[in-house]
Amino acid sequence: MAGVLVYSTKQGLALELISAARKIDETVWAVSINDDNLAQALAAAGARVFKISNPDLTVADTGAVAAAIKQVLDKVNTDVVLLSSDRRGKELAGRLAQVIGAGCLTDVTAINVEGSKIECQRNALGGATIATQYIEGPKVIAIRPRAYEAAGAGNGSVEELAVEIKGAAIKVIDFKPKAADTVNIEAAEILVAVGQGLSDEAKLTDIQDLAARLGGEVACSKPLATDKKWLSEERIIGLSGKKCKPQLALLLGISGQVQFTVGIRDARVIAAINTDENAAINYMADYIMQADLHDVIKELNEKL
Amino acid sequence: MNIVVAMKQIPDLQQIRIRNRKPVLDGVPAALGIIDKNALEAAVLIKESQGGKVIVLSAGNEEVEETVKEALAAGADEAFLVLDDELDGADGSVKALVLAEAIRKIEDVGLILFGEGSGDNYSGQVGSRVAELLGLPQVGYARSIEINDSSAVIVRSLEDGDEIIEVSLPVIVNVLGDINEPRIPSVTQILKAGKKLKEVLELEDLAIDLTGLPEINMVSNLAPETDRKQVKVSSVDELLQALKTEGVI
Ligand SMILES: Cc1cc2nc3c(=O)[nH]c(=O)nc-3n(C[C@H](O)[C@H](O)[C@H](O)COP(=O)(O)OP(=O)(O)OC[C@H]3O[C@@H](n4cnc5c(N)ncnc54)[C@H](O)[C@@H]3O)c2cc1C
Ligand SMILES: Nc1ncnc2c1ncn2[C@@H]1O[C@H](COP(=O)(O)O)[C@@H](O)[C@H]1O
Repeated sequence: MAGVLVYSTKQGLALELISAARKIDETVWAVSINDDNLAQALAAAGARVFKISNPDLTVADTGAVAAAIKQVLDKVNTDVVLLSSDRRGKELAGRLAQVIGAGCLTDVTAINVEGSKIECQRNALGGATIATQYIEGPKVIAIRPRAYEAAGAGNGSVEELAVEIKGAAIKVIDFKPKAADTVNIEAAEILVAVGQGLSDEAKLTDIQDLAARLGGEVACSKPLATDKKWLSEERIIGLSGKKCKPQLALLLGISGQVQFTVGIRDARVIAAINTDENAAINYMADYIMQADLHDVIKELNEKL
Repeated sequence: MNIVVAMKQIPDLQQIRIRNRKPVLDGVPAALGIIDKNALEAAVLIKESQGGKVIVLSAGNEEVEETVKEALAAGADEAFLVLDDELDGADGSVKALVLAEAIRKIEDVGLILFGEGSGDNYSGQVGSRVAELLGLPQVGYARSIEINDSSAVIVRSLEDGDEIIEVSLPVIVNVLGDINEPRIPSVTQILKAGKKLKEVLELEDLAIDLTGLPEINMVSNLAPETDRKQVKVSSVDELLQALKTEGVI
């Protein structure tokens, strides 16, 4: 094992990977694809960067990216690759693992080096449990965004690398940016989270009002963002959303399925308001109120 | 053109209990992955407008033969199953080899759909591995799929925006849970499901070598300790008082 190779299309996440890689080995190799700024930033954080510039290579083509990274791995002779577990990274993880005959773990929240083993933690059974696993043989490990701090300044280098790519199998015909929601619910001290118990979209203003009074942020369960589209996906708490640890989480009309609770179980105080006395969320709460959330919000907004 | 949908049998997560921080899986009924049902619905919608067959593909233990009926009732025409106890809980690298080899045996496949992640493991790697094994292009996190003759236009939803992709068939697509609302089969459909064609193979019927694969070892698998007060409050005033005492408001 000679070092660790890291790759992400996003600069912030790639810098986090460098921090994670340093827990495994001092030597950190990195790859940038058609992105000079990324190459410079990674070198400035101490990585030895292979800069690939090839107009035939698009990061949207997972197969081609995996083939390119394989060519880098042939040069550096390491069998440990860290990717970011954002959507691009997760999609690439399995493909790259297959190309290099590696085992693959995604959505890893922490790594610990125990002798020659790299022990990885990840949610299992939909989030009901935390599994600690390690891979024997070559490894592709995709690490959850913000599991590690971005690496600080270091002394790296940039080397250009030509790769051979078969004709692109995938054509990107358009990209439609999402309306930016820059909220960071992971950093909030107070979260007011709503679920499908909320009767209609118009009532969201009351929730926003309450969050503002408490000095917190609005968050939600997944269906509110992905099915109903009432809030942005940035605000989802849970397995496919964010893992939060606020001082206070006020949970309104959320049933408490495991894929949700995995994202909030590190909160210091949880208060749950639900009309169902037997809602699963009650077992996860410090304070349980069986009531209609709409009445409770109204009263809270009057009294705060 | 036929459409293959890969669906995984998982334990019904809502019914898993935790004892001494360990998950108790005994007696927990089997179900099909939730997002895999979205993949099936996407396939059935395409079939309804374009024709062809929807073939559900699953690798797992003997129980899958029963579990898969739900998919046959919800619109799949046939099932292709590889059943072996060894496949229960097998790693993604093993399952990918099995699924890829099974797909090679199915005729005229234009589209192969996967879920974005399986319900229990949610690792999102099996579809990508199968794509590599079959040498096919792949598009993950799809929120819409449109087929035009020999190509597809797929919207891949990323954190910061939607990427519109054109790709020629056959292609592997991993769908998002919000691509559609899966239909609930009617009683007649459930009754008819038992009669639909099922091709059942065993591991040894496939020409694959499962030796020398990377191994994933489990050190521990525990529920986090939860120690919540679970105090019932009966009024907003009581709630506010409690939160003040906690020092959080
Ligand atoms: C692979 C996978 C990943 C997932 N990831 C996530 C994730 O990251 N985050 C997530 O949240 N979900 C996730 N889910 C979905 C999850 O399983 C649940 O479907 C979801 O959390 C349910 O959201 P909910 O509690 O808002 O809705 P419901 O389960 O419908 O609950 C609504 C609740 O509101 C209560 N209620 C109704 N009316 C009122 C009222 N007037 N006042 C007060 N209470 C009321 C009801 O009693 C009920 O308890 C995932 C699922 C899968 C399969
Ligand atoms: N045993 C299996 N049989 C059929 N399909 C599977 C199996 N395991 C995983 N899949 C498919 O691969 C997808 C991703 O699984 P995973 O990599 O475990 O998250 C699932 O949503 C299914 O579509």
